[in-house]
Amino acid sequence: MEKITCECGHENPVGTKLCGKCGRPLTEEEKQKKLVDMRYDGIAIRSKTYNKSIIDKIWNFFSSVKVGITLIILNLVAASIGTILPQEFYVSVSSAPEKAKYYEDTYGTFGTLYYNLGLSDLYSSWWFQILVGMLGVSIIVASIDRGLPLHKSLKNQRVKRHSSFMKRQRLVAEGVPTAEQGKTLDLVEKKMKDMKYKVRREGNALLAEKNRFARYGPYINHLGLIIFLGAVMLRLLPGFYIDESTWLREGELRAVPGMEGYFIHNDKFILETYDNEPTEEQLKQGVNVMAKNYQTNVTLYKQQEGDLPGQTDNLKVVDKYEIKVNSPLKHDGYAIYQMDYGLNELKTMKFALTNKTSGDSLGEITIDLSSPETEYILNNDTRVEIVSYLPDFSGFEEGVPQTASPTPNNPAFIFRMYTPEKPEGETSFVAIQQTLEPLGENTYKMSFQGVETRNMSGLTIRKDKTIPFLFIGGMIFMLGVAIGSYWAHRRLWVEELPDGTVRLAAHTNKNWFGMKKEMDAVTAFAHLPAYIDQVEAEKEESKKEGDNTL
Amino acid sequence: MSLIDLSGNLLFVAFICYLIGTFLFGGAIKEKEDTAAKRADKWGKIAISITIVGFLAQLGYFITRWIYTGHAPVSNMFEFTTAFGMFIILSFIIIYFMYRVTALGVVALPIALLIIAYASMFTKDVSPLVPSLQSYWLTIHVITAALGQSILSMSAVAGLIYLLKNVDAKKATKERFWLEAVMFFCVLVIGFVVATTAFRAAGYEASFEHVTQEGKTEVVEYHMPAIFGPNDYVALSEDRMTPFVEVPALFDASKMTTVVWSILFGSVLYVLIRLIARRSVTAMIQPLLKRVNSQLMDEIGYRAVLIGFPVFTLGALIFAMIWAQIAWSRFWGWDPKEVWALITWLFYAAFLHLRLSKGWEGKKSAWLTVIGFLIIMFNLVVVNLVIAGLHSYA
Amino acid sequence: MDKKRKRSISRGIILALLAVAIGYTVYTTFTKDKVDVLKVGAEAPDFELVDLNGKVHRLSDYKGQGVLLNFWGTWCDPCKREFPAIERQYKSFESQGVHVLALNIAQSDFEVKNYVKNMGMTFPVAIDQTKSVMEAYNVTNLPATILINKEGKIEKIVTGEMTEAQIAAHMESIKPE
Repeated sequence: MEKITCECGHENPVGTKLCGKCGRPLTEEEKQKKLVDMRYDGIAIRSKTYNKSIIDKIWNFFSSVKVGITLIILNLVAASIGTILPQEFYVSVSSAPEKAKYYEDTYGTFGTLYYNLGLSDLYSSWWFQILVGMLGVSIIVASIDRGLPLHKSLKNQRVKRHSSFMKRQRLVAEGVPTAEQGKTLDLVEKKMKDMKYKVRREGNALLAEKNRFARYGPYINHLGLIIFLGAVMLRLLPGFYIDESTWLREGELRAVPGMEGYFIHNDKFILETYDNEPTEEQLKQGVNVMAKNYQTNVTLYKQQEGDLPGQTDNLKVVDKYEIKVNSPLKHDGYAIYQMDYGLNELKTMKFALTNKTSGDSLGEITIDLSSPETEYILNNDTRVEIVSYLPDFSGFEEGVPQTASPTPNNPAFIFRMYTPEKPEGETSFVAIQQTLEPLGENTYKMSFQGVETRNMSGLTIRKDKTIPFLFIGGMIFMLGVAIGSYWAHRRLWVEELPDGTVRLAAHTNKNWFGMKKEMDAVTAFAHLPAYIDQVEAEKEESKKEGDNTL
Repeated sequence: MSLIDLSGNLLFVAFICYLIGTFLFGGAIKEKEDTAAKRADKWGKIAISITIVGFLAQLGYFITRWIYTGHAPVSNMFEFTTAFGMFIILSFIIIYFMYRVTALGVVALPIALLIIAYASMFTKDVSPLVPSLQSYWLTIHVITAALGQSILSMSAVAGLIYLLKNVDAKKATKERFWLEAVMFFCVLVIGFVVATTAFRAAGYEASFEHVTQEGKTEVVEYHMPAIFGPNDYVALSEDRMTPFVEVPALFDASKMTTVVWSILFGSVLYVLIRLIARRSVTAMIQPLLKRVNSQLMDEIGYRAVLIGFPVFTLGALIFAMIWAQIAWSRFWGWDPKEVWALITWLFYAAFLHLRLSKGWEGKKSAWLTVIGFLIIMFNLVVVNLVIAGLHSYA
Repeated sequence: MDKKRKRSISRGIILALLAVAIGYTVYTTFTKDKVDVLKVGAEAPDFELVDLNGKVHRLSDYKGQGVLLNFWGTWCDPCKREFPAIERQYKSFESQGVHVLALNIAQSDFEVKNYVKNMGMTFPVAIDQTKSVMEAYNVTNLPATILINKEGKIEKIVTGEMTEAQIAAHMESIKPE
């Protein structure tokens, strides 16, 4: 492989801007600059050096920071477009034509366009995922390309640097120190050590350095991001992620969807509201009461080992829990959440067997709508038979009453009433607000007395095995960002020249203000010549203004 | 005096302190050749002291309201926005003691003032928490996110000062135009505050019956003369202005009316300022900042992003995800507020990359910090009030 | 030049892996809704239910014979339409080792018994009270018919109404020998 050999004899990879050993500028461009480019300590960014095969070209594309930033911006813009109108999953209709209609009805032509362009489900569109994926690739490739060479270069730093390197740092000083001859480096070393620097000396040169790890911050946070994105993808593998939901009425026992072998019983659903006066804001929104608590008291059961679906005789109680919003039931890696509720579904209906003319009642029956009996016996010669029960009566078809669903939304019954007066029985069809006597005028009727209701809970069952990975990714990211943001890598190079003058150069990757404070301290302590900030000096020359006191 | 009254008074005290502080900071940086340094020192000390007093008063408001309501006062638009203003002051105080730059106060304090004034236009009613907000994560997530946003806002403060100093107010450039546009936007916020306060003081009320998107008939109450009437409206109050335009049910006519009144008031105010001063707002402020060190402003702007970015990530993304997993069963659901937190985060990530790898410094960097602040404001105002979602405050 | 080759190969591998990962992500999000937990050819999940006559049915007891598993509800119109056909085919196939098990989804005894009586169904009917069998078979829409062959493997999954000819063909397909 080609190498550039520096005057000091060190071999550097092609593309290196500053010699890895002594810091001499290696490119013409770098030699012309007033200040050296210290961004990656002058290392060769790998991708920039080769550009041969198609693989190299793709690699270089993703390695470019410009491409990375472009991808960030593209993701940003794409994400924002998805917030113009509500996404499909927040719209409470399920089928495609209904959705199309919803967007058209609610948002007009723009809504239709939005829906047809697929923007209403933008975040699961192929192109958005590819965009995020490309950003991920960019993060990986760019980090490999920069992180590894930078690590090598930082590890192999030499103490003594070439004058052309030193002179082109932002903070520089050169002059005769006012301290005792030959003592300067000792004084610098002492002070820098006091300020928690690591000091290395080599003959008449000194390098004080601290917080080198801060340079790894960006690579650590990128690693965290990669782990995070990887964990998000992991979710797609079978078995990593379960997302189910179920409606559970009070008193019902059901198999828990997605949770094999587990059963859940709804003991009670509780809705509490605040008893305060509604505030002005609430009135404006037309809300009179504010919910205080949604809660489902449940019992979680598990089948005995070896039991099959359908066998519920040997269930054992695993947990009794009050599921609330913000307080899901957690068991065995699963979590069951309180998500929704339905109030006052009919549970029982009470009827009185009444004489139509006298209004006398022969007794009352209570029908449990979730398990009606065939026959309700009032006494020896009085009983009521249920011929037919339609939980959700929807009309007659060829004279036969129909039900639209198994839910008791609109219960209807065909009763056969046996009474002492009519021992052969009378038939009556009873629905809400409707009574028919299909087989002729009756003497008796089933008069409606009242109902009991029950509530139901909408529960979501979730299992997400990717959470620990996401968490680790997030923590590594935070660690990296914190390291990269809150610590600065600072270095000070000092060289005592044979003629007694001292040459200094200082570099920090950020927070020059802080660096200068430490420079002030060491300058005063070791009686060093005053340093100058070459960036500010440049500005000063062109503008002649600016005041440090403000 | 009850706790909630005490709380309100403390907020008022804080507001007055910030107002005085603004002028004191203005005095501190005013150019007077002979005693400039001394003035800065003397006035600056008084100014920061007053600011700290104001901050403590606002902290008092925050704590007393917390005790009174029983939860961290960050649960509605008024509470959150006020807290945001408070954290901007806190960030300013921190940055002040890091760099001792008085000029920052001249911009940071007015911005905090505008934000608190804006907040107080919303209902101050104490309302209990709905079940989904009943979690200690409310405190952790919202406070960390607001703190992160306010530190990031400080970078815009530094950026704005940088621009106000370095954009030539005499030459008609695009830069000058946009900078003046930012100033105009600030005046619009004042316009909103003035309009709301004026109509409120006049006790203006008008009700309209209208038909909603779902076909229901509802009554809406206006507190400003209706420019836009709601869908199929029937005026219920007598002797009130008839709306000029009726808008479809999709749009909130009442909010549109408020926006237009704010723009009207703001524009009139702006024109008045221009007529009286005979200069652009930029040109008015520019001399004040003549002695500011641009290099230092650039560094502060960058430093504020560096400090704020991790805090913002932690509060607005990580804590948000943890809470969302607990309350809504999923850590991420592409809710508009979540998306805009992500957008803010991506924007500052782009900023850091541009700065680190592309060497964007000075004006470019300053403009980016200002845009970042606009995104934060968009997230606070538009996303909360206009785009419907789980975080919606209205 | 060896080093260069090595570099190209490692870069190629990394890029290829990333491309596959992205491709897989896009692919799975697209097919997510269509993939069922149950697949044709897979072992039919075993279960045990008691029918209306009190007889216990355990799927694994039917090994060596074919089973037509039908999930239904009283409100479901297509269910109602296909039952007479199933009944007829049941009568001709029962002796040839093809059994019919009709599983009602968590309705009351009264409703189911009444329905069975009215429809004149003679094959065994059981009620899946806790919906656990329904969960195990990942049934979301009614009617759903699972055809299980003599090895206890799923031969076919039918969602929606079947004609009599289809029923006959399906039963034929799971007939032992």
